[in-house]
Amino acid sequence: MEIIIGKYNYWIYIALMMIGFYAMITKRNLVKKLVGMNIFQTAIILFFISTAYKKNATIPILIKSQEVIDPAQYINPLPHVLMLTAIVVMVSTFGVALAVIIMLYKQYKTLDEDEIIEQLE
Amino acid sequence: MNISDHSSILIIVIPLIASIINIFISLFKRSLCYSFFLLILGICVILSIDILSNVINSGTIRYKLGGWMPPWGIEYVVDHLNAYIIAIVSTMSLIIAVYSKESIKQEVPEPKLPYFYSTYLLLTTGLLGIAITGDIFNLYVFLEIASLAGYALIAIGEKRSVLASFNYIIMGTIGACFYLLGVGYIYIMTGSLNITDLSLLLPNLYESKVMLAALAFLVVGVAIKIALFPLHRWLPDSYTFAPSAVSAFASATMTKVGIYVLIRVSFTLFEPRFFTEITPLSSILVWWAIVAIFFGSIIALAQTDFKRTLSYILIAEVGYMVFGVSLGNKQGFIGAVLHILNDAVMIACLFMIAGGLMYRVGSRNLENFLGLNKSMPITMAAFTIAALSMIGIPPTAGFFSKWYLILGAIEAEQWIGAIALLFSSLVNAIIFFKLLEKIYFAKKDNIPKHKFPELPFSMLAPIVILALSILVIGASTGKIISKVIQFTVPGGF
Amino acid sequence: METIISTKPLLAVLVSLIATILIAITGERARNLRETWTILAAVTKFGIVISMLPDILNGKVIEYTLLKITPELILQFKVDALGIFFAITASFLWIITSFYSIGYMRGLKEHAQTRYFAYFAIALSATMGVAFSANIFTAFLFYEIITVSTFPLVAHKETEEAKRGARKYLTYLLGTSVAFQLTAIVITYNISGNLNFSYKGVFGGNVSHLIITITFLLYIAGITKAAIMPLHSWLPAAMVAPTPVSALLHAVAVVKTGVFMVIRVVLHIFGIDLLKNLDLGTILAVIASFTIISASVIALRQDNLKLRLAYSTVSQLSYIVLGVALLTPSGITGSVMHIVAHAFGKITLFFTAGAIYIATHKTKISELDGIGRQMPFTMGAFTVGALSMIGIPPFSGFISKWYLSLGALEAGDIFVLAVLATSTILNACYFMPIVYVAFMKEPKPDPHHHGYNSTAIHEAPVFAVAPLVLTAIGTVLIFFYPSFFLEIIKIIVANVTGGN
Repeated sequence: MEIIIGKYNYWIYIALMMIGFYAMITKRNLVKKLVGMNIFQTAIILFFISTAYKKNATIPILIKSQEVIDPAQYINPLPHVLMLTAIVVMVSTFGVALAVIIMLYKQYKTLDEDEIIEQLE
Repeated sequence: MNISDHSSILIIVIPLIASIINIFISLFKRSLCYSFFLLILGICVILSIDILSNVINSGTIRYKLGGWMPPWGIEYVVDHLNAYIIAIVSTMSLIIAVYSKESIKQEVPEPKLPYFYSTYLLLTTGLLGIAITGDIFNLYVFLEIASLAGYALIAIGEKRSVLASFNYIIMGTIGACFYLLGVGYIYIMTGSLNITDLSLLLPNLYESKVMLAALAFLVVGVAIKIALFPLHRWLPDSYTFAPSAVSAFASATMTKVGIYVLIRVSFTLFEPRFFTEITPLSSILVWWAIVAIFFGSIIALAQTDFKRTLSYILIAEVGYMVFGVSLGNKQGFIGAVLHILNDAVMIACLFMIAGGLMYRVGSRNLENFLGLNKSMPITMAAFTIAALSMIGIPPTAGFFSKWYLILGAIEAEQWIGAIALLFSSLVNAIIFFKLLEKIYFAKKDNIPKHKFPELPFSMLAPIVILALSILVIGASTGKIISKVIQFTVPGGF
Repeated sequence: METIISTKPLLAVLVSLIATILIAITGERARNLRETWTILAAVTKFGIVISMLPDILNGKVIEYTLLKITPELILQFKVDALGIFFAITASFLWIITSFYSIGYMRGLKEHAQTRYFAYFAIALSATMGVAFSANIFTAFLFYEIITVSTFPLVAHKETEEAKRGARKYLTYLLGTSVAFQLTAIVITYNISGNLNFSYKGVFGGNVSHLIITITFLLYIAGITKAAIMPLHSWLPAAMVAPTPVSALLHAVAVVKTGVFMVIRVVLHIFGIDLLKNLDLGTILAVIASFTIISASVIALRQDNLKLRLAYSTVSQLSYIVLGVALLTPSGITGSVMHIVAHAFGKITLFFTAGAIYIATHKTKISELDGIGRQMPFTMGAFTVGALSMIGIPPFSGFISKWYLSLGALEAGDIFVLAVLATSTILNACYFMPIVYVAFMKEPKPDPHHHGYNSTAIHEAPVFAVAPLVLTAIGTVLIFFYPSFFLEIIKIIVANVTGGN
């Protein structure tokens, strides 16, 4: 029980990841697949962010008046920074994927994978 | 200021910026784009040679980005392995760029060519970045830069390439996410992202299950990117329908860089003993690779489309390299690293010939090889060399990497692996001799009446250069090993 | 032992490669010039090989290192007595075959003659390469070049049948060499760290017997060019090639490369002592004996002349393997001697088969009734070749069979003696009927040529007949002057047995 409640953030990220994974694999509509992919990526971002969080800690901004800096008081800023980059990557991937989907729609007039494959054969 | 001190950053920055400048140039004068594109790649080659010679002469180069001290700042670390991969990637990108001038004209409308060149430069940047960085998160970013450029380049191919590209996006993103997850686990446990720093921090944590999970995520992520069977589904379609130059470039470099990441993760980030002794991962990978070799070879045999045949052969070849890396002994490792070079040259040469076939004959079907020696004698001579190398007949380069791989397999008493390698050689022999027979011994009345002219010079020259370099590399195997590869072997082998 | 560094072995290999280029450049436009290149290369090659002989006879070896690819994989030539023996045989017969090829190709107005002569020259280069290899890696490299370069020769006719034969040829030769021979070489290197041919073998004393046995069997299975059963069937399949190819390559160069490699492996990789200790010679002898007898029996049933010759070759090649498997001085002498004896005899027989085909387009033995009257020279030479194969004096085959029998007695192996005797009878059974029908039977009336006088002399062109007469004479000469060859063999035997 403690494992589930105490580390609920991880469980949520796993659940989200699985939802995304499920959508990517089983959905036949390409946009739905893409949404699944997005959920999948978001799950990882949440995972990173939640690892940085500490109870009762403050945002990592240096205040001039404070003399002693105790790292334990601050939330670790690095995962946030990393995730900024990851979000950029994610958005670009999403952009490229959407561009590809538009090309597909122009070619086949449908976004259902089965129908596209049917047209190919 | 000595330029040479900064070549490890310049080789990333120059193509990155050039890819944007290229678009602006196209606004003024579109015909300049190609020259500019070649110039940049030429500079990359010179820089990569400079890096390689620096590494050979004075050892590992460490470049601190923006002057931040590692492990806080990003650090570029170039040792022999990086320099070797960088040299391969930049040289291949230049050679294939020369080839692309004519071949791409049929595949991309002329006004869009500058975008092709820019994306190509981005792909090069990404691949070079993967090979040069010493930071595992930075590596993820470059991995995605390369992949994104790859998705785009593949999508501009034939009609069916778009769907292939979409599937690749889905698979590739899953792979990248797994990799990122592995990075996350490692970061939680250590608070560091620098590979050198991590290699000192991690040994204390080897008992932790988290490390095992992290390594598993990293390896699976990379396995998707290198199309290790059964995670290969995206590859055949993508490489078959992509433009010829893109197939050649991607097959020659993307999987190879992936193998590089595998080596880095398994042997630099973690110690070899973690990979081989503490966890069963190396033996899992060995068997995984053996299955890949068998599978790739058998499926390749059943194909009628030349590029698809090559794609499945590539899947088997990826198996070779993973096999050699995970054997965990010196000979196997040397074989794998050597095969990175050999396979890049061979498979690029063959994909370029496939492109040539498309260019002149307009089809990739194997039947179109009938009697082709009459119309394209030089191309077919190059094909013969590349084919012999694929089979592994001395003195072509392919023999030597196979030699070390088999030697490694026997040393590890991995007999099934040795059989797999030989089996795949035999399958390649069947595939390629069938083609050679079609080329040289076609019945007169089966040969199409229409004679095709030989390929244009700018396509022919790269093919010939690669074919000749197969022989040259074969003959200088010993030098390559003693100057570069032997220093890449991880300690403890 | 004194070692001379000289480029001669390299030149011997290169000379026909240069010829290949010249042949390809000259092409169909100037046929006489093109043929001149072939002849010139053949003569030069023989000259270079012969010029190395005096040094070898003085007990020296000639070495030349071409390229150190990696520390262990070195392209190196080393001419010793065994190598030069094989080289002399092959390069001498190439001269004669070149003339014969010209007669044959022109007589039949064959297509793609340039390709034919070019690949022929490459094959001979590679044969020299095998003969002069200093290590098993170099030998393997040239072995593969022979396979690949003879493929176009086998497929020469470009018919479905020719292609099928060529495919089988390639599958057997390339497949087994990559699958078995390469593995054996890798294991050899893995155990001994040494790939050089050396007179005492490369393996040290304390190696697992099982591994040695497996490696040995892998070698034997991998050197398929020796046509040891059950991996022999590429040889009959290769008979679709033009006859000069069958004559030189499938009676001399290619198959002899196979048995030569077997001898090399037995004597210089494993060494006599090791094989004696493990009793592996006996295994090889049993396999060879089986091949000798069963190939002869199959030969009896063949109606196609070339096929009968091919099965005879399979059986005769195993004589050579059998001789060396005995691991005694006389056995080795007989074995090496049979390389040249069989070469001369069998090339004569193939030449006659070709000459008959040029003159009459007949390929079946059942059609040969009375052909001796039309082609007395050809069939006379055939008789000489056949008698030599059977092993009757005064022909070369007798000498080698004599030593083989001596070897069997030395080894105290009555079984081998029995095999030799049985096979002699079988040889007679499948060769003598041909001679009988050719000379004694009345020619059958030819339905295709009405009014055609089938008893008049009707020989093939002189380019085709002269070579076969020459080789037939050679067969006799070897019998009377065997000392030239036996001198070389003495050194070979002394090298491996330590001078006793």
